[in-house]
Amino acid sequence: MSSASEAKHPAQEFNQITETVADVIERPKPPKAWYVAFGIALAMLGLLAVSVYHLLTTGVGVWGNNNAIAWAWPITNFVFWVGIGHAGTLISAILFLMRQSWRTSINRSAEAMTIFAVMCAGLFPILHTGRPWMAYWMIPHPNEMLMWPQFRSPLMWDVFAVTTYATVSMLFWYLGMVPDLATVRDRAKSKVRQIVYGILALGWNGSARQWHRYERGYLLLAALATPLVLSVHSVVSFDFAVSKIPGWHTTIFPPYFVAGAIFSGFAMVLTLMVPARWLFGLKDIIKESHIDVMCKITLATGLMVGFSYGAEIFIAWYSGNLFEQYAFLNRAVGPMAWGFWIMVTCNVLLPNLFWFKKFRTNPFLIVGVCLFVNVGMWFERFVIIMTSLSRPWIPAAWADFTPTFWDAATLIGSFGLFFTLFLLFIRFAPMVAMAEYKATLPAAHAGHQKG
Amino acid sequence: MTTENQSDIPETGPGGEGPLHGVLAEYETPGELIEAAKAVRDAGYTKWDCHSPFPVHGLDPAMGIRPTVLPLLVFAAGIAGLGGSILLVWWMNAHNWPWIVAGMPAFSLPANIPILFESTILLAGITAFFGVWALNRLPKLWNPLFKSDRFLKATDNGFFISIEAADPQFERDKAETLLKDAGATAVEAIHLDPDPTRWQIPRPILAFIVITAILGLVPFAFIAKARVTHGDQPRIHVFPDMDFQVKADTQQRLVIDDSPVFRDGQVTRPPVEGTVPRGQLRQDDHFYRGLEGDEWATTFPAQLDIDTSTMDRGHEQYNVYCAPCHGEDGLGGGPIHERALEIQSPEWLMPTSIHDQNVTRQPHGQLYNTISHGIRTMPGYRAQIDEEDRWAIVLYLRALQRSQKALPDDVPPEERAQIR
Ligand code: HEC
Repeated sequence: MSSASEAKHPAQEFNQITETVADVIERPKPPKAWYVAFGIALAMLGLLAVSVYHLLTTGVGVWGNNNAIAWAWPITNFVFWVGIGHAGTLISAILFLMRQSWRTSINRSAEAMTIFAVMCAGLFPILHTGRPWMAYWMIPHPNEMLMWPQFRSPLMWDVFAVTTYATVSMLFWYLGMVPDLATVRDRAKSKVRQIVYGILALGWNGSARQWHRYERGYLLLAALATPLVLSVHSVVSFDFAVSKIPGWHTTIFPPYFVAGAIFSGFAMVLTLMVPARWLFGLKDIIKESHIDVMCKITLATGLMVGFSYGAEIFIAWYSGNLFEQYAFLNRAVGPMAWGFWIMVTCNVLLPNLFWFKKFRTNPFLIVGVCLFVNVGMWFERFVIIMTSLSRPWIPAAWADFTPTFWDAATLIGSFGLFFTLFLLFIRFAPMVAMAEYKATLPAAHAGHQKG
Repeated sequence: MTTENQSDIPETGPGGEGPLHGVLAEYETPGELIEAAKAVRDAGYTKWDCHSPFPVHGLDPAMGIRPTVLPLLVFAAGIAGLGGSILLVWWMNAHNWPWIVAGMPAFSLPANIPILFESTILLAGITAFFGVWALNRLPKLWNPLFKSDRFLKATDNGFFISIEAADPQFERDKAETLLKDAGATAVEAIHLDPDPTRWQIPRPILAFIVITAILGLVPFAFIAKARVTHGDQPRIHVFPDMDFQVKADTQQRLVIDDSPVFRDGQVTRPPVEGTVPRGQLRQDDHFYRGLEGDEWATTFPAQLDIDTSTMDRGHEQYNVYCAPCHGEDGLGGGPIHERALEIQSPEWLMPTSIHDQNVTRQPHGQLYNTISHGIRTMPGYRAQIDEEDRWAIVLYLRALQRSQKALPDDVPPEERAQIR
């Protein structure tokens, strides 16, 4: 596509981006690896369907939840997925406001990832209610029971935070995508594509007057999404921190959770984008330097998470509170200590490999470390929920937890949902923000004359 | 794509000649676009626009685009979200149904901040999104410019200026020269379609959409109907919830797996022998049974306030429970009595006049007892009338009796003149 000439004409440069990105969705067939991945994802999605069916027809008893550990896996999964869903909006909104132009190569796919992760997250509390068809009770509406939601409950805050986040992320994602959908529309050869992308592009024609309002709107949404993204995991952490359970009732939770969420989110972005850029020939767009920056952010947030673990333990000791001290001692050396040490290894120790340049450049090593981080972050939530709930104030109520087959099946199934959606997104939507990317090129600026 | 020489601008649009929509000029770089935009603006055109694959910075001032009102809309929506959610939370949790949780105030700002914050963002965000499209007058899937093949580049790498024929000072030649002089690589006339109906949604599709939309309302109509009417069919249990469960109704025999839950089979449990429910000891003979020692009480019990309100209460209760038989005057000729005479009931016995000497001489307690347990053919009313009201009736009976034998002295002095 590029006629490796000395100085490229701006028009050629712009076109090259269009070609590279549109090629992913326009090539007649995706690479074999895509089919393999999609097949596996579909199989996992099927598992989700079966588990949900079994759950609904039988009841939450099919899970390992018990009286003491009522939250168990479903809420662990929920917090895990919401956390994953943080990188997208962070990259899109916060890095946008900070004018980090490298974000344009990955923001679209990170946003998509966010939305799919939030969908997976939403699944779990809804299923966890036991009667999901009543979930609409959480939305304030006049009803014959004269019943209103309890707005002072952190669980209600959660409902508001997560639905707002899902809605705003979705709008933000789509708003950003419209000009690119117009590009795809204008390149479409088949009637079906012309109609479908034509409708999705809303008739966008690149008018300067429209760009003006569009950019304003985008900036405003970014400005709104920034505090929002920070609030979501803070609110999720309130579910824990506002309660009075040892190991949960601490003020460090909101920042600690937000750092963890960004940490896990970036790890997931890397897990997805490193293979994708190789698979779809996007190396010129998602540059090595971009991957490098993301690894560094993962490292930085990993260190914050490590610091939070330390601070938690320090405060437990410093507080002189017997129960708090016991909770942390129990985490580190109690019956579920293995979970704690997996968490520490994956989240605190392994990310330090990113100090070394080799680990930030070798795709296999990057994905390897990030997979561990994903595992570690799941275990973080597992440890927080399980250890604290299994040791309530009254020793008579102490309980242990054994997951069932269906616990595992639902978690694996949620990954199926996530990957299915993500693979479809890669194949059918422009996965790089072309318009934005072009605008960041030097040729896009008025001072730059044709070469 | 055909490359046109600047000189031979096509006189006819592709696909037949329609009215002229305007002219379209292409530029190579963002920088040239900005320069050309300045030229067009300076020439005084109003109905024109630039088109580019990405927002070109510096173009807004060059074109003289005024800042959009969008931020104001978003701000207003945010305020509305905040105010609305404060009202919502206060009204639902503190006013309409005050939730009392752990002794916390029904409404306090700190506990509601997350809700208020999220609602603010939600409304503002939705407004930002839809505001962009509303102000941009989109979606509008068809635009005359889309007819130009060259214009496909507007979303890839082309930079365009379009001037509409609707502009008051539009003259095709002048416009084209202006655009060319500003450095256009190509200028093209855009014609509207001669047949505007070509771009309308085909009728069958339109009909299909309308019919589906109407049919889509049918289920809702049924739901709405079901909510306000009664049916003789049991409701459909999509999810059984807890609608069917082993349970016992009062006075039912409950048997699970062939064996009764309680040995006697009864569901309602009698109280433990010798126990008295709270407040039902009824030890006070005077008040509950009308006795003072072994004799009928001659005084009213201490629980009763002898005043006008008790008298009125007695009057009212008498008219409800006694007057149908005894008549409002107590002579025994109430409506039931009249009816009994009318149908010549053989069993009927005329109610005793309460002005009968036999009755007037009775102590209060005995009258109370008659109301409670009845007498001979008169049924008792203890199940319907509580103790206090029974005493109130006795009090009223006394007044009624006296009214029939009143002496002039009984009449208040100021009303005595009316006696004839
Ligand atoms: C269903 C009609 C009926 C109603 C209602 C009724 N009574 Fe009577 N009452 C009678 C009849 C009939 C007798 C005569 C009973 C007999 O001699 O067999 C009677 C007798 C009496 C006597 C005379 C008792 C005696 O010692 O001879 C009194 C006092 C009396 N009623 C008071 C009342 C009062 C007070 C009420 C309202 C709470 C009342 N009754 C309601 C039918 C009624």
